[in-house]
Amino acid sequence: MSSRDSIFKAIRQGLGRGPLDDAARSQLDARIANPPQHIRATVDDADLITRFAQRFESRSGTTERIASLADVPAAVAALAESYAIAPSAVVGTALGELSWPDGWQIDHGAATIDVMLGVSLAWRGIAETGSILMLSGPDCPITHNFVPETHVVVLPVEHIVRHYEDCWVALRERGQGAPRAMNFISGPSRTGDVEQTIELGAHGPRRMHVLILG
Amino acid sequence: MEFRSPEFKTRAVHALHDANLQKALSNTKAGFVVKRAQAAAEMPEFEALRDTAAEIKNHVLANLDHYLEKYEAAVTAAGGHVHYATDAEDARRIILGICKKANAKRITKGKSMVSEEMGLNEALIADGYEVVETDLGEYIIQLADEPPSHIIAPAIHKTKDQVADLFAAAHNKPRKTDRAELVAEAREVLREKYFTAEVGITGGNFLVAETGSSVIVTNEGNGDLTQTLAKVHIVTSGIERVIPTLDDLSVFLRILARSATGQETESYTTFSTGPRREGDIDGPEEYHVVLLDNGRSKMLGSRFQDMLRCIRCGACMNHCPVYGSIGGHAYGWVYPGPMGSVLTPLIKGMDGTYDLPNACTLNGRCKSVCPVRIPLPDLLREIRHNQFRQDMTPKRQKQALKLWRYVAERPKLYHFAERIGVRILASMANGKGKLRSLPFDPGWTGARDLPAPTGRTFLELWQAKRGDK
Repeated sequence: MSSRDSIFKAIRQGLGRGPLDDAARSQLDARIANPPQHIRATVDDADLITRFAQRFESRSGTTERIASLADVPAAVAALAESYAIAPSAVVGTALGELSWPDGWQIDHGAATIDVMLGVSLAWRGIAETGSILMLSGPDCPITHNFVPETHVVVLPVEHIVRHYEDCWVALRERGQGAPRAMNFISGPSRTGDVEQTIELGAHGPRRMHVLILG
Repeated sequence: MEFRSPEFKTRAVHALHDANLQKALSNTKAGFVVKRAQAAAEMPEFEALRDTAAEIKNHVLANLDHYLEKYEAAVTAAGGHVHYATDAEDARRIILGICKKANAKRITKGKSMVSEEMGLNEALIADGYEVVETDLGEYIIQLADEPPSHIIAPAIHKTKDQVADLFAAAHNKPRKTDRAELVAEAREVLREKYFTAEVGITGGNFLVAETGSSVIVTNEGNGDLTQTLAKVHIVTSGIERVIPTLDDLSVFLRILARSATGQETESYTTFSTGPRREGDIDGPEEYHVVLLDNGRSKMLGSRFQDMLRCIRCGACMNHCPVYGSIGGHAYGWVYPGPMGSVLTPLIKGMDGTYDLPNACTLNGRCKSVCPVRIPLPDLLREIRHNQFRQDMTPKRQKQALKLWRYVAERPKLYHFAERIGVRILASMANGKGKLRSLPFDPGWTGARDLPAPTGRTFLELWQAKRGDK
């Protein structure tokens, strides 16, 4: 008997029944197709943008408002200058064609070990916790989120939702299942593994800056 | 992983006298305990979420076969592979096979307690692979050649100075003493490993049947680099970790971080679904999930089924006075503290695990903080019952209890014995009101005094006061 078969047999033996009948199975499938909604954290803020920013900043992230997508390069350049980061970045093509200042080197490929700066478009921002949700894809490579020391994320205000669950509704509407990687990111990488004292920049980005667009 | 639970008592005594360990443990209370209490207090829905989480888990366990089938189908549809392992040996065989096929030399690992259960590192190293733990805590204890002492903070028993010594010895660099410098040094060393490993192994906190996703919750981002940069991603998880939908998952995301570290959320919650897709320019080319049974299916339908709700947050051990005094290593296997004292006898058997469920004061703090409301003290008591039924209780303990019962069932004899007892203790105290050491149990008075009776029993005083006599 295969390991799979013996495990399923043991599960059913433990539960004191055979395989579920068709009626029971379709009931469970219906629970997946129409997921029951559970209790959520109260987010009664009228202004979700402010809530998002406050929560994100509470975990050492930084935010900035910009008016249009065209402002992204200047905002990134200013940040790079203030932290003495060389004018070079990996940028997801989801951000479209941006006009970068002279001297900037822009790469749309996967982030390699020496890349110091990544710029990405957030798929959603969650006001409840001040987290962003990234979906991996050719236009939003996952290495951009984790390899660079500094990660700048562009979050259009219309992408900000109240709860995690709002993301699931949007994901199901998108209709392609889950991408290879989905990441809720709630601030810079951190560790408390040395004497339970928080240090930033354990393995992922040391710095996270969200450009709230709109 | 070596099984050293039979040595619990000697290891516990050793732990109590380990100054470094005691210093490290004293950080826990101010850290995890206070922060969890704050996080819970700040969220009015927290208690209701705990109820809902327990209900969801119960629903899954009652239909585990169906949800596993659904999950497996979704992973397969996304291009991944699900492997089932009945026990640790089975799991090691599967994973060694995947690594061999991948022509791997270097393997990076994110934190996975299930992989500890599998004894995976030892097996990989024995087969000639270089294994690099990438969670900072796991990396520290790998350098120290020690097992984890906490399920979410594996190096909680190490002081900063000890970490500095380990890094200086391993990295061939000047010894750093600043915490930030130590973290930066590990970052630099591990970066190169991520980019050169052929296989990346992570755990799986949750498995979502709806999408076929495995979910990890981390602060460091090491799991993400591990699973993104290697050609092959292997997830190790337990068969009980499946949940139906993303909406069910949301409930657990709200309680896991708060219960574990007192955070509203960790930095990263990462969903992995299959290998890289057509057009993707990064991500692994292969995706495998190895689901371990290792005694879990036997808990279904038993008195211990509730234990399968566990989401491995570590709150029970953070709040356990025994764990807080001796740390995790004394327990001698993968899972320490209250949840470990239930799981270890169930997974490894009753032999050699006698002391674990007995190293508990039944104070109930673990139950009061468990996010999925596992009645841990009841389960520990149940294991004690089983030990008694199997005649494992030490003879002296049984004889003492028999004697106590004989006396307790005879009130006159009991009061007589009590009157003698208090008089002896009173005369030993010699009017000082306390005893500095007990003749039969010097350990109890090792660090404290025993308040001594004044010479008369409560009943005597009561009767005298009421003038009955």
